[in-house]
Amino acid sequence: MVTLTHYLVLSAILFTLGVVGVMIRRNAIIIFMCIELMLNAVNLSFVSFAHFLNSMHGQMFVFFTMTVAAAEAAVGLAIIVAIFRNKETVNIDDMNIMKW
Amino acid sequence: MEAYLFYIMAAVSVGAAVYLIFEKNPVHSALYLIMTLISIAVLYILLEAQFIAAVQIIVYAGAIMVLFLFVIMLLNLNVREEIKDVLLFQKIPAIIMGILLFLTICLILKSRFLQGKQGEYTSTYINTIGNTKLIGNLLFTDYLLPFELTSILLFVAAIGVIILAKRKL
Repeated sequence: MVTLTHYLVLSAILFTLGVVGVMIRRNAIIIFMCIELMLNAVNLSFVSFAHFLNSMHGQMFVFFTMTVAAAEAAVGLAIIVAIFRNKETVNIDDMNIMKW
Repeated sequence: MEAYLFYIMAAVSVGAAVYLIFEKNPVHSALYLIMTLISIAVLYILLEAQFIAAVQIIVYAGAIMVLFLFVIMLLNLNVREEIKDVLLFQKIPAIIMGILLFLTICLILKSRFLQGKQGEYTSTYINTIGNTKLIGNLLFTDYLLPFELTSILLFVAAIGVIILAKRKL
């Protein structure tokens, strides 16, 4: 029998993997993919709460999260392309112009 | 049967996520992320959220990941980019922090805060009307204002991308 806790633990594992990926990788695109992974982990917990609490609102929120993720991916990738045009790299250690 | 499917899909998604983090080649990372997204879509079907599962595959695994692969191809990244890693000492503390974060989340899960009120949309009720029809009904009644705001968000994002992608920034 698969319970709510199973799904929430799976969601926690995926979220943690996303956080670790953001911290250990230097490639901006892979960091972006890890952010998408974290969003998906949260979506999974929304849907499992909606299923086990007999509610529909979790699924509605997943719908809106996906829309925001699509907008965010488009704008973020455009920013990465713009940075790459200026600095010829996507390594985030080289993007330190605002650090003093 | 359902439990087996859950465990298989959980193992696939976690394994693909681990490969996504530790893979050197960005293209392989993107393909592993697609694998994770599709296994999560199967979990959505197990949770009787068929519409969300379809949208997951169409929007995430289809549109967003194609955008990622397109940008990777456009930038022509090569693998040697990550070899000059100046923050090598950051890896082990990051993994330890990740394990601590996971334990914290598990502690919260063990507490009793997660008891919610049972809603009216039971499984049989959803199956008699249909998941997609219910989502459509809610989208145009209770969630009408967020729905309209979402369209404005997408519009603003499209304008922003066009401005950011111009040759002279």
